[in-house]
Amino acid sequence: MRDRTRLLLLGCACAVIAGFFTAACPRLPAFGTDLHRYGDRAVAAALAHQTANVVSSVNFDLRALDTLGEETILFVTVLASTLLLRLARDERKAPPRSERALPTTRLFGAVLLPVALVVGVYVVAHGQLTPGGGFQGGVVLATALHLAYLAADYRVLERVRPLEALDVTDALAAVSFTALGLAGLAAGGAFLENVLPFGTFNQITSGGLVPLLNVAVGVEVGSGLIVLLAHFLDQAVEITEPDGHPHPGGRPHRRPATAPQEDEN
Amino acid sequence: MADAEALLPLAVAIPLIGAVLLAVAGRWLPRLGCDLLATATAAAGLGCLVALWPHTANRAAVRIGGHPADIGIVLLADPLGTGLALLAAVLVLAVIVYSWRYFDEPAGDRAGVFPALLLLFEAGMVGFALTADLFNAFVFFELMSVAAFALTGYRIEDPRPLQGALTFGIVTSFAAYGSLLGIAMLYARTGELNLARLGERLDGQPTDALTVVAFVLVVTAFLVKAAAAPFHFWLPDAHAVAPTPVCMLMSGVMVELGVYGVARVYWAVFAGPGGIPHTAFRTTFVAVGVVTALLGALMCWPQRHLKRMLAFSTVSHVGLFLVGVALLTPAGTGATAVYVAGHGCAKAALFGLCGVLLDQYGSVDEYGLHGKARAHRAVGLLFALGALVLAGLPPFGAGLGKALGEEAAGHALLPVLLLTSAVTGAALLRATARIFWGAGPPPRKAPADAETTGEGEEPEVRAARQSPRPPMVAVPAALLLLGLLVGTVPAVAESLGHGAELFTDRAGYGAAAGGSELRGGAAPEAVATEWTAVGAGLGVASAALACLMAGAALWWPGGVALRRASAAAVLPLRRLHSGLLGDYLAWLAVGMAALLLAVALQAQGA
Amino acid sequence: MGVLPFLAAGWVLLTALYGLVTSRNLIHAIGCLAVAQSSTYLMLLGVGYRRGATAPVYGDLEPGSRPVVDPVVQALTLTDIVVGATATALLLALTIQLRKRHGTVDPQALTALKG
Repeated sequence: MRDRTRLLLLGCACAVIAGFFTAACPRLPAFGTDLHRYGDRAVAAALAHQTANVVSSVNFDLRALDTLGEETILFVTVLASTLLLRLARDERKAPPRSERALPTTRLFGAVLLPVALVVGVYVVAHGQLTPGGGFQGGVVLATALHLAYLAADYRVLERVRPLEALDVTDALAAVSFTALGLAGLAAGGAFLENVLPFGTFNQITSGGLVPLLNVAVGVEVGSGLIVLLAHFLDQAVEITEPDGHPHPGGRPHRRPATAPQEDEN
Repeated sequence: MADAEALLPLAVAIPLIGAVLLAVAGRWLPRLGCDLLATATAAAGLGCLVALWPHTANRAAVRIGGHPADIGIVLLADPLGTGLALLAAVLVLAVIVYSWRYFDEPAGDRAGVFPALLLLFEAGMVGFALTADLFNAFVFFELMSVAAFALTGYRIEDPRPLQGALTFGIVTSFAAYGSLLGIAMLYARTGELNLARLGERLDGQPTDALTVVAFVLVVTAFLVKAAAAPFHFWLPDAHAVAPTPVCMLMSGVMVELGVYGVARVYWAVFAGPGGIPHTAFRTTFVAVGVVTALLGALMCWPQRHLKRMLAFSTVSHVGLFLVGVALLTPAGTGATAVYVAGHGCAKAALFGLCGVLLDQYGSVDEYGLHGKARAHRAVGLLFALGALVLAGLPPFGAGLGKALGEEAAGHALLPVLLLTSAVTGAALLRATARIFWGAGPPPRKAPADAETTGEGEEPEVRAARQSPRPPMVAVPAALLLLGLLVGTVPAVAESLGHGAELFTDRAGYGAAAGGSELRGGAAPEAVATEWTAVGAGLGVASAALACLMAGAALWWPGGVALRRASAAAVLPLRRLHSGLLGDYLAWLAVGMAALLLAVALQAQGA
Repeated sequence: MGVLPFLAAGWVLLTALYGLVTSRNLIHAIGCLAVAQSSTYLMLLGVGYRRGATAPVYGDLEPGSRPVVDPVVQALTLTDIVVGATATALLLALTIQLRKRHGTVDPQALTALKG
C-alpha cells in the first residue's frame, strides 16, 4: 500500500473506533464513583487476612495465580534474552575497556550503592504493610547494582554481578512461587491457599503467605532484571564482529536483506 | 472431586517446574539428559491432563487459593477446554521428541533453554484453556504470546525470523492491550472478573455502546491470535520463518486457542440478554469465518514456500472453525472441536515433514525442490496423506470434523467448506507431487514482486546427514495415526460432542464457575458425532477434487491461460500481504471498525 | 469532566496506533507500543478511582476511617506493567539482532516476507 492509502484507511477506521469509544464512555460509571463492588470485597478479604496493603493482598493472596503467570512471563523473557542475545556464530566476545569516572561520581556511587540496596530490601520486606513489594523492591535492587557501572566501569559491574549464580537464583525464585502454591495443596487446602498463620495486623510477619511470596518475587525480579540487563549490556559493550569491530555504529554484514529471487527459467 | 482439586493447578504447574529444572540443570546436564528431562516433563504434564479428563464430563472447578469466586480466580475443566489443553500437551510432547538433538544452539551449557521455553509455552496455553477468569485469561494469553514470539525469533543469524517475530509480537501485543482496555470497561460496568459472574451482571444491563465496544476490544485480541481476516497478516510471516517445531505448535493449537477464546468469552459473558444478541454474533462471525476461509484458500494456492502454504491453509481452516462456533449450536461447536483435534494432528505432522526437507536440502521451495526429493518417497507418501487429510479424507479426524460441520452448517455454507478444504489440500498435493515425484514440467516463475520463495533457508540441523533422523519421520507418522484415531474411535468424538453440549449450556457453566445456582437451563440437545454416508461421501468428494485440481495444475496443458489469469487476479491480494508492520496495523484498525459497525447495527436491529 | 479520563485512555490508544502505523524506526514503534499500553493504565486506574478516597494501604490508616480507592485495578495495573515491560524487552532484543543482520531498524524497509 502507498503511504497515503494506508493513512486514509487508518483515518477512516480510527474515526469509527473513536466515535464508538466516545459513545461508550458516558455509559461507564462516572469518574470517582462510590460503587466498587470487587474493590470493597477485596478490602474486606485483605483485612480478614491481616494484610495492611490491600494491593499486595490482591496480588499475592486473592489473585495470586495472576502473579504466578506474570512471574512466569518474566522468567520467559529472561530465558528468551539468553536465547536471542546469544553469541551468534560469527561473533566474538572481547574484554571490555576500563573507563575513568570522575572522583565525585565514584564517591557518589560508592555511597549510594549500599543505601539503594538497603532500600530495595526494605521495600520487598514491607510489601504487605506499605506501598511496595516484590516487584518494586526487586527493581530497586537490580538498578542499585548498576550504580557500579555508572560510577566505575563495566569491569567493576562484572565483579559485583555473579551472573551464573543470579541466573540460577532467578530460576529457583520462579519455581519457589509454584512450590509455595503447591505447599497449600499439600497442607490439605487449595493451590496457592494462604495456609500460614495470618499474624498480627500491621506487623512485618502478618499476611501469612504474602511476605514469603513477596520475597520470592523480589528475588526473581531483582536477579532476573540483572541477568536481562547483562545480556543487553553485553551486546553493547563486549560482543564484536569477527574482525574485531564492535557492533555499535555497525554496518550490515553478511547476508543481503532479501532472499535471492533471480531464479528465472 | 478431590482429585481435580490437585490436577487442575498441576496441569499448569508441571510444565513450569520442568522448565525451571531444564533452565538450571541444562547448565550441567549433557544434551541427552536435557532431552530426557524435557520429554519426561512433557509426558508428566500430559499424564496429568489425561487423569483430569474423566472429571470433565460434569465440569470440575477449582477455586485457586480457596477464595470464593467473587474475589478469587476459578479454574474450570470442561471437555472442550481440557481437550484443547490435551491437544497442546500432546503436541508439545511430540515436538520435544521431534526435536531431540535437533538444535545445536545455544551451544554447550544452555541446551535446556529451547525445551524450557516450549514447556513455558505449554503452561500458557493450558492456563488459558482452563481459566474461568477474564483477567487471568489475559495473563496466560500474554504468557503464550511472549513465549511464542521469542521462539519465532530463534534463528538470530537470519533477518527474516527476526522480522516475522517482531511483526507477530507488535501486532499481538497491541491487540492484547486493546483487549485489556475492554476488560477494564467490563470491570467498570460489572465489578467482576470471573467470566460467569461477569455474564450474570451483564444480564441485568441494557445492550449499549459500552457493551459493543468492550466486546469488540476483547474479542479482537483473540481474533488476532486466531488469524481471522483481516487480522491474519502476521501469521504467514511468523509461520514461514519460525523453527519447524514451533510452527507445529503455533499452527496445531495456539491459533485454535484464539477461536476458543472468542467462543468461550461469548458464551460465558455476552450470550445473555444484556450482551450481544445471538443473531448479531452469528451473522458477523459466520461472515468473518467465510471471508477468512476463502482468503486463506486463495492465498494458499499460489504459494511456493511450503511453510507459508501450510500457514495459509491454517488461516483457511481457522475460518471454518470460526464458522462452526459462530453457528451457536452444540452441533456446530462439537464439529469444530473434532475438526480442531484432527486438524491439529495433521497440520503438525505436515510442518514436521517440512522440517525434513529443510534438514536435507536447506530449502522449502516448491519450485527449487522440483524432483529433488525422489529419494525420500516415504516422507512424500506421508506428506500426500497429510494433504488428503486436510482436504477431508475419511476416516481421519479432520474429515469427521468437516463432515459434521457441513451437516451443522447447512446447504448454504456447504460449498465453502468443501471448496476451501479441497483447494488447500490440492495446493499441498501439487507441491508434494513436484517435490517428491518430479511431477509435471519444471514450474515457471510467477510475478516476482509479491512473493516469498522458500530458498536460502538455514538448515536447522547442522551436521548434514544422508537420511533424516528417525524421530523427524516417526513423530509426523504418529501424529497422522493419532488423527486417524480421532476419526475412528467413536468415544473421542462422542465426548467432544458432549463437551459441546456443556460448552453451549450457559447456565450450567455459570453455576460451575462460580455464578449463582443453576437457573433451570434448557436441556441441551444431544449432538450426533458419528460418520454418516453423506458426510463420508462429501469427504471423499473433496479429497478427489483436491487430487483433480492438483493434477490439473501439474499436467493440464490447456490450463496455462487459466493459470496466468488466476495468478493475475490474485496478485492484488498478494500485494496486500506486504510484510510491512504499518499495513498490518492499519488493517487491524479497519477490522476493529468493521466489527464495531457490524455488531452495533445488528444489535440495534435485534 | 466525568468522562474525560476515560476518553483520554481512548485518545492515547489511537495516538499510539497512529505512531505505530507511520513509524520509520522500530525503537520508536516499540515506544508507541508502550504508549498503547499506558492507555490501559489510565483506564484501569480511572475506573477504580473513588472521589475523596486515599490509597488502599492500611499501614498508617485505621481500617474504616476513610474510603479507599479500588485496590483490584491497582493490582491489575501492576501485573500489566510487568507484562508490558517484559514484552518490550523481548522486542528490543529482537530489534538489536535485526539491526545487526539487516543494517536497518526502519520497519518500512523490512520486506523480506511478502505475498
